[in-house]
Parts: sequence; structure tokens; C-alpha cells
Amino acid sequence: MGFNFYDFTALTHNIHVGLVEGFSPFMATTLEWVIVGTAYLLFVALFGLLLVYAERKVCAAFQQRLGPMRVGYWGLLQTIADFIKLLMKELIMPRKADRFLYNLAPFIVIIASFLAIAVIPFAPGLQSLDFDIGLFYLTSVSSVGVIGILLAGWSSNNKYSLIGAMRSGAQILSYELSVSLSLLTMIVFAGSMQFSTIVEGQRDGWYLFTGHIPSLVAFIVFLIAGTAETNRGPFDLAEAESELTAGFHTEYSGIKFAFFFLAEYINLFIISAVAATVFLGGWMPLHFGHLEAFNHAMDVIPPLVWFFLKVFGVIFIIMWFKWTFPRLRVDQILTLEWKYLLPINLINILLMAFIVLTKFHF
Amino acid sequence: MSEIKEIMFNSDRLATDEYLVNMGPQHPSTHGVLRMLVKLEGEKVLNIQPHIGYIHSGIEKMCEAISYPQIIHLTDRMDYLSAHMNNEAVALCVENALQVEVPERVKYIRTIMDELARLASHQLWWCVMGMDLGALTTFFYGLRDREMILDIFEETCGARLTVNYNLPGGVMFDIHPNFQKRVKDFITYFRKKLPEYDQLLTGNVIFRERTEGIGHLSLADAIAYGVTGPSGRASGFSNDLRKHQPYSAYPLVKFNEILDHRCDTLARYEVRMKEMHESLSIIEQLIDNIPEGDYAVKMKSVIKLPEGEFYQRVETARGEFGVYIVSDGKKNPYRVKFRSPGFSNLFALNNMAKGHKIADLVAIMSTLDLVIPDIDR
Amino acid sequence: MKSFIEYIVSIFKGLWTLLIGMKVTGKYFFTPWKNVTQQYPENREKLVMFERFRGEVIMLHNENNEHSCNGCGICEINCPNGSIEIISKSILTADGKKKRIIDQHIYHLGMCTLCNLCVKACPSGALAMGQNFEHAVWDRSLLTKVLNQEGSTIAENVKEE
Repeated sequence: MGFNFYDFTALTHNIHVGLVEGFSPFMATTLEWVIVGTAYLLFVALFGLLLVYAERKVCAAFQQRLGPMRVGYWGLLQTIADFIKLLMKELIMPRKADRFLYNLAPFIVIIASFLAIAVIPFAPGLQSLDFDIGLFYLTSVSSVGVIGILLAGWSSNNKYSLIGAMRSGAQILSYELSVSLSLLTMIVFAGSMQFSTIVEGQRDGWYLFTGHIPSLVAFIVFLIAGTAETNRGPFDLAEAESELTAGFHTEYSGIKFAFFFLAEYINLFIISAVAATVFLGGWMPLHFGHLEAFNHAMDVIPPLVWFFLKVFGVIFIIMWFKWTFPRLRVDQILTLEWKYLLPINLINILLMAFIVLTKFHF
Repeated sequence: MSEIKEIMFNSDRLATDEYLVNMGPQHPSTHGVLRMLVKLEGEKVLNIQPHIGYIHSGIEKMCEAISYPQIIHLTDRMDYLSAHMNNEAVALCVENALQVEVPERVKYIRTIMDELARLASHQLWWCVMGMDLGALTTFFYGLRDREMILDIFEETCGARLTVNYNLPGGVMFDIHPNFQKRVKDFITYFRKKLPEYDQLLTGNVIFRERTEGIGHLSLADAIAYGVTGPSGRASGFSNDLRKHQPYSAYPLVKFNEILDHRCDTLARYEVRMKEMHESLSIIEQLIDNIPEGDYAVKMKSVIKLPEGEFYQRVETARGEFGVYIVSDGKKNPYRVKFRSPGFSNLFALNNMAKGHKIADLVAIMSTLDLVIPDIDR
Repeated sequence: MKSFIEYIVSIFKGLWTLLIGMKVTGKYFFTPWKNVTQQYPENREKLVMFERFRGEVIMLHNENNEHSCNGCGICEINCPNGSIEIISKSILTADGKKKRIIDQHIYHLGMCTLCNLCVKACPSGALAMGQNFEHAVWDRSLLTKVLNQEGSTIAENVKEE
């Protein structure tokens, strides 16, 4: 089993071959499922905790504070301690709640996040699903989560939850359009929905730079709409603390609350990963046309590092939004989508199509 | 299945209905234990019924059993953000009843302290306003700057919030030797920070969208409800007692009464922001000219007011605060009534927020700058 | 057309105000050494309270374990919430006269509002405000304190009641 930090294709292939040789085809497939599933579970849990810690530290720095400092060195174990606390908490259910839907909702939310994470290419070879409608699949499964949010709000038998859920429904339905259209702009440019093709296409320069103004506009629109998709930042009206206490998850406690919490951060990761992959080249190192020496120097840094650097960059921008801006009102959120983002997006696609047709790109 | 069909096609059963939501007594946006019974239609607010009294502490009744210097320390606990002004109102009332003239130094100190307290109160209001609208970072910037004022209070008065600095006939201690330097440092520091407040919140397009034209309170309504202070002045109601009935050192300083005629949430916000500038300039005019002299006149050890009724009002950070004392010549008052600004301001809320969204209700409530102990007393 | 231009201008103006806001928070993010957090239990040794800070009422004792309280009870009268109780006892002085002196100066910290009126009223300057602010105890009864230390006597120069 050759281990290469620059290309994981051989590693994953060898594991596959080893399993197929050692076990019956059915067992091999099952074992592969288990391995991949465990890997994703571990990744999601650990990365979620890391993101919560990062969020608290980043927000503290914006607010001239220190953030968690007591548990572990610089508070590194704080989120783990919080997680243990959440695990041990009592699960409370309102008396007249819809028992089945109430228990189902957090699972739908977190399963939607898991479905979406499958197509993210972390590094060459480190991607479990690479098929030709990758981006299409991602946009469709990531909107499944809203069903969970709506169910949570409806089944909690709490008016605050219901208002939060309805807000979230209206918001995600609208912003789904902008996310898809801004991605569509880039699909027009890349000529493919497959993640591996999109990343490979950015070998000579990231789409953000090669696509002129339309890709820059698409990037900004995607960041705004993606923030809205994740119920974060200035678009967090589904859980607006000062208005609805905690919105749709008001009545949830313990591990079910943790699911919602984790799903929010995983969605943040997914949106950032998509932005990093489609606009910033994913795991592809920073390359400039013909600067050979520079390109070789950049290649030394492993793709996995590149990928996470970009993802954290985007996550930082989204956190910056959240800790700076006031929250929008529910009608303003729809105004922003339908009167600003959607027309801009449509014009942007036309512009991009024009650029692609005239080959006016690098 | 048939039931679902019936609901789907029978419009009577699908009819939308208004519903009631209890906002509070434990709700993040009420800043205390205020309970509002809000009637909603979807997100639209139809009616608001405030229920008060959750932290009613019977301060007025308690005052009947204690002496006048002791009353002052209770007024700290009403509107804790305007503690200095509340103290001063009682002290002035007693001084007027006894016809005691306090030294000039006391007047200067009291005015500076009033304006510092007003600044601290407006800073806290600003950061909470941002937080209510979802900009959580403002909270920490506001508190960071307020800390400097609280340090000034702590050094001179001995406490940060419940200062109890005024006494009938003067103030409790002379100002600390560091006082003037600290205040001047604060003014230079805060003059640099105020533009930052504007950049972060006032200019922000989302903030302006959220506040412009929201929560209209006409001048007639403001007067009818008795909405005083910055909230009333934003409706064009000229009610600044520092101008109209000057007390302490206010006749000696030049400042503008901030008036705004737009009557909306943004107007109330901007009136307070401009008042911070005015407060800074008032302090600047006084801080270098504090005259020498006693910090208190010698009063009798047992203060007895002559028989009669006495009223004194001052301008706190929230509006007009009045003290009404009925005395029967004993060392305890016969009856004390406080006119608290928050109480009147709160009940204009229904008029302002009707027809707006829940999110606007939070914003409007925030610009009224409610302090619940001030309402409940 | 005019409204269209206004529409475009409003987009850029809006984005500009957002960027200005981000500049403010960004400035603080990249200057972390200006943080204002004080880590309280860690900085306990260095923490200095202001000299006038009112943490609790204390009775001043000199090195001979003498205090200046003659038990006149003015502080008790001036206390707005009955936090102070003075228990006095009679003793026989050397020349055979009966005299009332202070036995216990009881102070209920749990009821005290730290208003400073007792300190202000004390004619002999026996009371003062202490800077200690860590008052948490496991039992409420511990909040009732006797301010005159055991075995302490009245300093000689204090005026008799």
C-alpha cells in the first residue's frame, strides 16, 4: 500500500483491491461502506467540534475578547467538554409534541449534511462519490435539510419554533435559487458538473481569476446565498435569539440539540468547501499560467493542506459576516433575494455565456 | 384521508387565525422580566399588552419608613443606569424643601456625574440595540467603553452601578485626585470611538433598512402618552429638562437640545447618538472649571422636611424622572411617589409597533431603552 | 431609467457600508494584543481595587487590637436595612461606676446594600469600607459577622458615650 501525501488515488485503490481479494464481493462492499462511513462520521464529529471552537475563538477576537481559555491549553478541549455535557443532558419533549416527527427532525437535518459531504473532493483520490452530476446532486440534497427544520418547528408544539421554521422555509426556498444559479454560472464556464473535472479545469488558474467579472460576481452572490442557506450570519432569522429565543430548536435539548448544532457547522463546511472547489480550485495549488518555478514551488504544499486553507479562508469570511452585521428582517431577506440577487444572477449567467462563446477568458 | 381532504377544500377550516404569544417574562429581548402578551397574525403584530410588576419591589412604600438620606440609596435600584440622576432628584427635592443652597463645587460635580452616567447609559443602550438587531459584536464594543466610565465611578464614588453618591446637601466624597485626568482621558478616547460606532451600525445598510420608517410615534401621541427623554425628542417633543428647568450646573453650560421630527426608530437612535456628543461637550466645558470649596454643606444629623408637598424633576437618560414627597414634618416622608420615565414610555409601545413585524417590535422596544426595575419600582 | 440607476447605485452603496462595518471588526481581529479581557481568578494577585471601593463594612483595629467604636448606635440608626446590630454590656469601671460598653458589633453582610451611610455617620471613625469582594460562602449564617475582633478594647482617645 503506497502512501502518497500528494495523491490518494493509489491508497484508496489499494484498499479496494485488498478488500475485494480478501473477502467475498458482498462482504467487501459492506466493509467499504463501514470504512467510508466511519471515516466520514469521525471527520464530521471532529471537524464540527473544531469549527465550534474556531467560531468561538474568531468571534472572541472580533469582539476583543479571548474566548474559551480554561479547559485545556487555550481552551482547546472546551468543545469536547461541551459535547460531553450535551450527551449527558436530559432529553425533554413538550407534552403535546408530535412524538415521531419531533424525534425524526434532527436526523433528517444531519443526514442531509452527510449526503452532501459525500461529493466534496478533499484531495486527489479522497472523494467517495465522483459522478457527472456532482454539483446538481449537492444542491439538491443540501436542500433536504429544510424539511427537518420545518418538521422540528412544526412538531415542537411551540409558537416560537413554528415561526422560526416558517421563516427558515421561506428563506431556504428562495436562496436555493441563488445558490444554484451562481453555481450554474460556473458550470457554464467549466462545462461540467463533475467535481473532478471542475478541479482539473483550474490547473492553470482558479476560476475566480480566469472567469473575469462574472465569476467574481457569482462568487459574491454564492457567499451571500450560501450564508443564507446555512441559516447563519445576518440571515439567522430562523433562530433569531432576540426575537424567537432559539427559533426552531427552542424545545430540543441534549444530543438532539447537538445534532442541529453540528449540522449547522457541517453545512457551513459544505458551503465553504463548494465555494473553495468551484471558485478557488479545491485542492489544486495556486498556479499562474506560465510561471513554471512558482507553480512548482506551490506544488510542494500537499493538496489536502491547500483544500483546508481555502475552506478555512471562506469560513472565516462567513464568520466575519456573522459577527459584523445586524440581522435582516424576514421581508427584507426575500426582497434581497428576489429583487437583487436573482436579477443579478440572471444577467451574470448571460454575461458568462457570452464570455464562454467568445472565448474571452484566460 | 377524508379528514385531510375536508381540511384542504373546506375554506372555513383553513381560515387563518390570529394567535397569542407570551414574550417574556423570560425573553432575551425584554432585558428583564417584562411580559408582553403579543397578538400576532403570522409575523404581523396586531396588539401588544404589556404586563408589568414581575419585579415590583415596593420602593415607594419602603421610602415611607426610612429617612431622606436613606431614600437616596433606594433610588439607585430603580433605574440603575441613571443612578446618579435619580439620586440627584431626591437630593435636590430635599434641598429645595429645606431651602439649602449647595456649594458651586457640588453643582459641578453633580452635573459631570450626571453626564457620565448618561453616557454610560447610552453606551449600554447602543450595544444592546445592536444585539437586539443581531449584530452581536456591538455589545462588546459598547461595554468595553462603558467600563472606563464605571472605573471613574468606582474610583470616586466607591461603586460602579449603585453609586449612592449624592446626599442631601452635597455629595458623599470629594472627587478623587485622579478624577479630572481620567475623565479627560475618557473624552479623548471616546471621541475616537464614536465614529466607529457609526461605521459599525449607524451607516450599515441593513441597520438603516431595519429602522427607517419603523415604529412611528407622532408628536401628538408622544405628548399624550407622556413619552419623554430621547424617545420623546425624536418625535419633536421638546422636553429636555436640562434646558427647560435647569438645575445644578446646567444653566452654566452651552449645549443643544437634540430634536428630530422623523418620529421613527432611526430618529430615536440618532437622537441618542447625538446626545452622546452633547454630553461629551458638557463634560468638557465643566471638567477644568470645577471651583474650589466644600463638597457638601453640613446638614442636621436628622433631616426633617417642613410639612407640605415637594416635587422635583430631573432629566435622566430615559426621560423625565420626578420625585414627589409629601411630608408631615417627621423624619420620614408621609408619602413618596416617583414618576419614572420607563413606565410612560413602555405604554406607547402598542401604538408604535402595531402592524409591524415581530423583528420590528424588538427594534422598537430597544429604542425605547426600557429598564424594567424603573417601570416596576 | 433613473430608477434603474438608483437601483444600481443602491447596490454599491449598500455593499460599501457593509465593507466599512467589516473594516471596523476586522481591525480588531488583526490586533489581538488590544484585547480587553481580564482573566479574573488568574490575576487575583495583581488585582488592586480602588481605595474607595465598597466591598464590605469593616471595623478598623490598630496594632494593639483596639478599635474606636464606643457603641453609640448611630450606625444602627442610619442603616436603611437593619444590617447592623449593636449589643452592649455593662461593666464596672475601676472607680466603681457602672458603664455600658460595646460587646458585639454585629453586621449582616447578606442584608447590606453597601450604601456607606454607616461609615459616613460614625462620629468616631470606627467603621470603614473594606475592599474584599469575594463574599461567596456555603452557609448563609457565615454572612453574619462580628466586626469587633475578639478581645479587642476601645482605644483610649475615643470619646465616651
